[in-house]
Formats: sequence, C-alpha cells, structure tokens
Amino acid sequence: MLKESGEMKDRIKGGSYMLESKNVNVFYGDKKVLQDVTLQVPENTVTALIGPSGCGKSTYLRLFNRMNDYIENFRKEGDILIDGKDIYRKDAEIEELRKTVGMVFQKPNPFPKSIYENVAYGLRIQGINNKDVLDEAVEKSIKKAALWDEVKDDLKKNALALSGGQQQRLCIARTLAVEPSIILMDEPASALDPISTAKIESLIYELKQNYTIVVVTHNMHQAGRISDKTGFFYLGELVEFGDTKQIFTNPKNKKTENYISGRFG
Amino acid sequence: MNNARVNRIKDVLFKYFGIVCTLSGLIILAIFILNILIDGVQRIDWSFMSSLPSRFPERAGILTAWTGTFWIFCLTAAIAIPIGVGAGVYLEEYSKKGWLANLLEINIANLAGVPSIIYGILGLEVFVRILGFGASLLAGSLTLALLILPIIIVATREAIRAVPKTIKEASFALGATKWQTISRQVLPASASSIITGIILALSRAVGETAPLIVVGALAYVPFVAKTPMDEFTVLPMQIFNWVSRPQHGFTINAAAAIIVLLCFVFLMIGIAVYIRNRAQKKNPW
Amino acid sequence: MLKIKEYIIEKALFMCALITVLTTAGIILILTVEAFSFFRNVSLYDFFTDPQWTPLYSEKHFGILSLLAGTFLTTVIAIMVALPVGMGIAIYLSEYAPRSFRKIIKPLLELLAAVPTVVYGFFALMVVTPFLQNIIPGVSGFNALSAGIVMGVMIIPFISSMSEDALHAVPKSLREAAYGMGSTRLQTVFRVTIPSASSGITASTILAISRAIGETMIVTIAAGQMPGLTLNPLKPVQTITAYIVQVSSGDVQFGSLEHQSIFAAGISLFALTFILNSVSFWIKKKYRIQYE
Repeated sequence: MLKESGEMKDRIKGGSYMLESKNVNVFYGDKKVLQDVTLQVPENTVTALIGPSGCGKSTYLRLFNRMNDYIENFRKEGDILIDGKDIYRKDAEIEELRKTVGMVFQKPNPFPKSIYENVAYGLRIQGINNKDVLDEAVEKSIKKAALWDEVKDDLKKNALALSGGQQQRLCIARTLAVEPSIILMDEPASALDPISTAKIESLIYELKQNYTIVVVTHNMHQAGRISDKTGFFYLGELVEFGDTKQIFTNPKNKKTENYISGRFG
Repeated sequence: MNNARVNRIKDVLFKYFGIVCTLSGLIILAIFILNILIDGVQRIDWSFMSSLPSRFPERAGILTAWTGTFWIFCLTAAIAIPIGVGAGVYLEEYSKKGWLANLLEINIANLAGVPSIIYGILGLEVFVRILGFGASLLAGSLTLALLILPIIIVATREAIRAVPKTIKEASFALGATKWQTISRQVLPASASSIITGIILALSRAVGETAPLIVVGALAYVPFVAKTPMDEFTVLPMQIFNWVSRPQHGFTINAAAAIIVLLCFVFLMIGIAVYIRNRAQKKNPW
Repeated sequence: MLKIKEYIIEKALFMCALITVLTTAGIILILTVEAFSFFRNVSLYDFFTDPQWTPLYSEKHFGILSLLAGTFLTTVIAIMVALPVGMGIAIYLSEYAPRSFRKIIKPLLELLAAVPTVVYGFFALMVVTPFLQNIIPGVSGFNALSAGIVMGVMIIPFISSMSEDALHAVPKSLREAAYGMGSTRLQTVFRVTIPSASSGITASTILAISRAIGETMIVTIAAGQMPGLTLNPLKPVQTITAYIVQVSSGDVQFGSLEHQSIFAAGISLFALTFILNSVSFWIKKKYRIQYE
C-alpha cells in the first residue's frame, strides 16, 4: 500500500522513468505552444494533466505517441523518452511505438465496423488473423474495459449503435487489445454523461495496476479523484508538477492556486 | 403603399418565372424522350439486338454496337478505376502541400474542362500511332479512361475528405501504418461515395462519341469484337452514323439505338443515385 | 519489410497522380509539334486573317476565323438559352422552392447533363430543326440556331447547379439583414444575394461557355459542315470541333496538310477552353477563400 500523503515512492523501471520529457519546446510554425517542459512519469501510476483550454496539455500528451507528427509545421526541441529511449530518434518505428503507447481520444471514435472488428483491428494490422487468438484477445480486452456483460451477446453489432459511454469503453478495449504498457487519455470523459464518466473513472483506477496512464482533463475534480500525480499547464508551460494531493491542498505556485480555486479557467 | 404592392407582385411573378424555368428543363427532357420512344420503340426486337449492321435499314441491327459498348465499358473501368482512385488517394493522403500539390490540383481542374475531342487527338497520336494499338478497343478505352480520370479523382478525393479525421487518428494510434489505415479504414468508409462517382464517370464514357471518332472507331463493323485489339464500334457511333443518313428507316434505327443507349446510361445513373442515397442514410457522420 | 511495402505503395499511387500531368503534357506536346509542322506550310498571318477555311477543297484556304465564327455563334445562342433559364432555376431552387421539391428536382436536372451528346444531336436535327422551319421561314436543314438551342438545354445544369451552390453559400445573416430593412424576396435576391454570389455565378457561366465551345456532336449533327464568316443563325455553319470530326471520319491521309490542319484547329480549341477554364478556376478559388 502506498502512503496516502507525503512523498509517494516512485516506481522506476530499470533506473529510468516510464515517460520522460526533457526541456521540450514545441512550435506550430512560428508559434511556440510548449515551453521548456520537463516532467517524469513513474510506472503504474495515473498522471493527470490539467489547465485551461489551449494551454498545451493535449499537445504535450500527443508527443508521447507522436500524434503531432501529422500537424503541418509541427516542430519539437528537446527529448521525449519512453523507458529511457528517445522516441524521436531517427530509426524509431512509429508503428512499434504506438503498440507500446495506446491512446484514447476525447470523443469516442469507434470504427464504423462491428464491436468485434473494432477490438481485433489492432491485432489484424499486425498480421494476426487466427480466429482463436483473436476471439480470446477480444474477450479479454472487452472484459478489462468493463464492457463484456453489456455486449457479449452481440459482438457482431455495429459499434456505432452503442451509447457514447459504451463506445468510449470499447475504444479503451480496442487500445488494450494491442497490449500497450502506457495509455494516453485525452479528456476521455468530457463528451460523456455523469454515469458513464464514473464508469470510465473507476476503469482508469483498475487499469493502473498494469498500465502507466496519463490523462488530460479540464475537470479538476476528476483529476483529484483518479490521479496520483498532477501537472498544471498554463500558456504552454508546466507551472507545477507533483503529487495530486499536494497540488490540490498545498500548491506552491500562485497560478496553480488560482486555477484550483476556480479563479480562472 | 402602392410601391410595396408593385414589389410584391413582381416577387410573385418572378417566382412563377423560376417555376417555369425549372419545369421547362424537365419538360424538354420529357418531350425529347417521348419523341424518341414514339419513333423507335417498335423497332426494338430481338433481331434488332442480334443483327449485324446492314445497308438496308430493316435488316440492320446493333449487335456489334452494343457488344462494343460493353467492351469499352469493361476495359475503361479496368483502366480508369485503379488509376483514378490511386491518384485520388495520393492527392488527398500523401501529397504534401507545396508547388507539386498545387500543380497537380490545377492540372486536374483543367483536365476536367478539356473538350473530349482533344482527348481523341491525344489518343490517336499516343495509343493508335506511337504505341501502335491501331484503332482498337484498347486504344479507345485508354482514351476514354484518360477522359474520365479527373471525374474519378475528384469524386475519390471528396469521398475520402468526408471520412472523419478521428477514425484515421484511432487507427494510427493503434500502430497502423498509413496504407493499413487507408486500405482498412478510409477506403471502406468512403467506398459508396467513390463507387457512385465511378459509375457516373463510366456513364459519361459510355455516351462519348467524338473522341472515338478521332481515334478511328468505325461506323461499319461486320463482326463482334473478340479481343481488346479488335476494331470496334459503339452505340453512340452507330447512332451518329444512322443520323447522318437521309433514309427514314435509318432515322428510326437511330431512335431505337438511342433508346437502348439511354436505358443503359439511365440505369447506371439510377444505380449510382441509389448507392448514394443508401449510404447517406447509413452514414453516422 | 513493412517499410518497403509502404514505400512501394506510395510510389505507385504517386505514379497514378503523375499520369494526369503526363496527360496534359501529352496534349500540349502533340498539339504543338503537329501544329508546328502545319504552320511551316501555312503562315500564322493567313491563319488568323484569311476569311475562308477550305482545306478539303482543291483550292485550299486555312482561315480559322470561319470556324471560330461558327463556334462563337453556336456558343452565344447556347448561353442565351442556358443563362436565363439556368439562373432562373438556381434562384428559384435556392430562394423560393420548398426543400423537398428541391431534393427531387436537382437530380432530375442533372439528367440533362447526363444524356449523351449524340442523342441531343439527333433531337436537334429531327425535332428542333423541323419545328423551327415551321415557325421561321428560311431555316436551313442544318443551322446554328437549332444546334445552339439544344446545346443550351444541355448546359443548363452546369449553370443552375454551380450557381445554386454559390447562392446557397451566401450567409443567411446577409439575407436577414435585407429582409430586416423591408425588402421583398426579389429585391433581396437581386440586390444582396446575387451580388454576393457573383463570383461563383461568373465562374459557372465561364465554365458553361467553355463546355459549349468544346461540345462536338450536337454541332456536328445539326449545325452542318459549312465554314463561313457568318453570324446568321439560320444558315449552316461549322465549328472547330465539327471540323475535326469531319476530317477524322473521312479518309484523309496521315501527315498530309489537310490532316495536320486538325491539330491547328485542335490547338486553337485547346487554347480557348484552357484560358476560360483557368479564369473560372481562379475566380472560384478566390471566392472559396471569401466564404470559408
């Protein structure tokens, strides 16, 4: 058991943090959107990134699976490391990286295919087409995503027929099927109703046992409920980073305090 | 007050002008189809469909013409679909913004407006003479394929653009490569729109006459084409030939052949519209 | 392995796109080279000033003006038919018509553009010309009027559909502002909506003109094969396109001056339509930026 307060002992894998950024700057063309961000995320924790919209937290999250690569004029300085390795090095395989680093998006975005095919997709693109292997992986992933009881009888149904909350859990299942060790979540519950949100939150809590999770959220209470560590972004800078409890009860920076107490946002 | 009344009357009058315009287009189309039906429908029978051309109008048939049209349809589709869809995918998904992308875009917009007879001249020089295919089905199909390429490319691009970005992102985030994402997500999701565009493009190719005249399609072909290297005629060519003859019998033949051609063209358009409507109902976005 | 496959696919798709560039290059190259050999025998001065075009007669004249006159005449007639009707349709459908009516009518109108042109040619020759002969004395069996009218019917959808899109793109707030000041629908249309959509409407009209200039079968079948410097719509004329068909369907020898003349005619046609298409494309591009 971890101690409730005080310095939580960071679990570090082989001497390095699971996710790490060193003096990262990001530009869109001439516009600087992230400024000198340095941050370390230990293994099997939930880290929440909070801040007002447009503060760069989503951009920062997308650095870890290189989703920003598709943005025109995107440019990055500094290092992004996963498990101690620079993921932007020349010979890095983006596809391999994304099998390790899964992502769940803001709006549920299932493929316009059956539930089964949604979850099997990540394996199929790796060339796995054996039905038994796929069946097992699909069942296991959907169970992990706490969706199995609701969909087990109609896996052939089109995923778009599910409710928003179910769709989002399906997207999580789809991500789990590839067996990543890290899951990035970009405001995963912002488009959902309170009940679905609660389900997603408890799911995140469960998944922490086996995965390192980074969640972007604009909902501070959510950050407080689910995360071990919290980073506060403001105008492209990481203003403060620390244990969630400390950030919420005893922020060191005035801006963090103002944001937490709802003076802007 | 009086002025306002005049304005209101003008408004109503203009509305009726609009209705007349709209209906006149359709009425002309109707008159025109009716006219041809009256002229030609009793001429259509099995022997008309299965006879070779002849200099006697009563004995002449459209066997070589409709088989030629069928050949042209298949060959043109086989050539134009992969190239057109491929180019559309490239332009929408791969080409990076810059002078090359601009050039390609302006070029395609311009090609779409080049008169079809100019494509005939291109086909005559490149396919018939330089590549030595002669006035064959292959040369004709290649020419028509180039002609409809811009239509297919534009339809493909629009269809792909309509696929939500979030689907592509989800696929990439699961470790899919670009081509995996395109072939397994983007193309299936946009398939019905692309198919609609392809069918409309082919319906255009099937009705073309001018480029095939220039390429050297014949008016009189007394045999059914067996290979793509055979000489050929098509329904529009046959119609043109019969229209140009003074005898009344050939006019009737032309009307009958037009009925067959229009059935084919309208059937294709009907299928295209059906696919489009069905997809619109099904599409979640 | 996967990397190589991705690379090959990208290159293959690029080749597909490249074919469109090769097509344009091929067209320009062929027309220029062949027209060049033509102009070694016929001076550019004669080409643009000689009032006669008689390459197939024993006494040969190569004055493109006669063919241009035929093209011009049929095109003007076509636009005179298509522009008012097309605009009437566009305005009615975008400003007056109920939504459901619009949904049914639009695809039906598109059918007008889908009918093969050889079929329109038949219609012009067999139905419209006899009809004109009944009401106007002195109409020839082949004439520019009949071909032009039918060509106008064919290009109605080009004008109506593109203009309607342009009208539709005018922001609702502009119209509401006009209504708010007490204008009727008609006043709003002519004083606010059409001026705001003018670039789109112009682009569509130019494209329709280009389409009419390049149209071949209707004029070949119904307008005749008599090139001449005339603007009389009741007489037979010959267009550039019809001339190319005439030479192609006859047995003129490859490489002869008569045969080369189709490239000279072709390059004139290409240049004409190219300029119009480019202007239309440019206007459309500019207007897209305005509203998005």
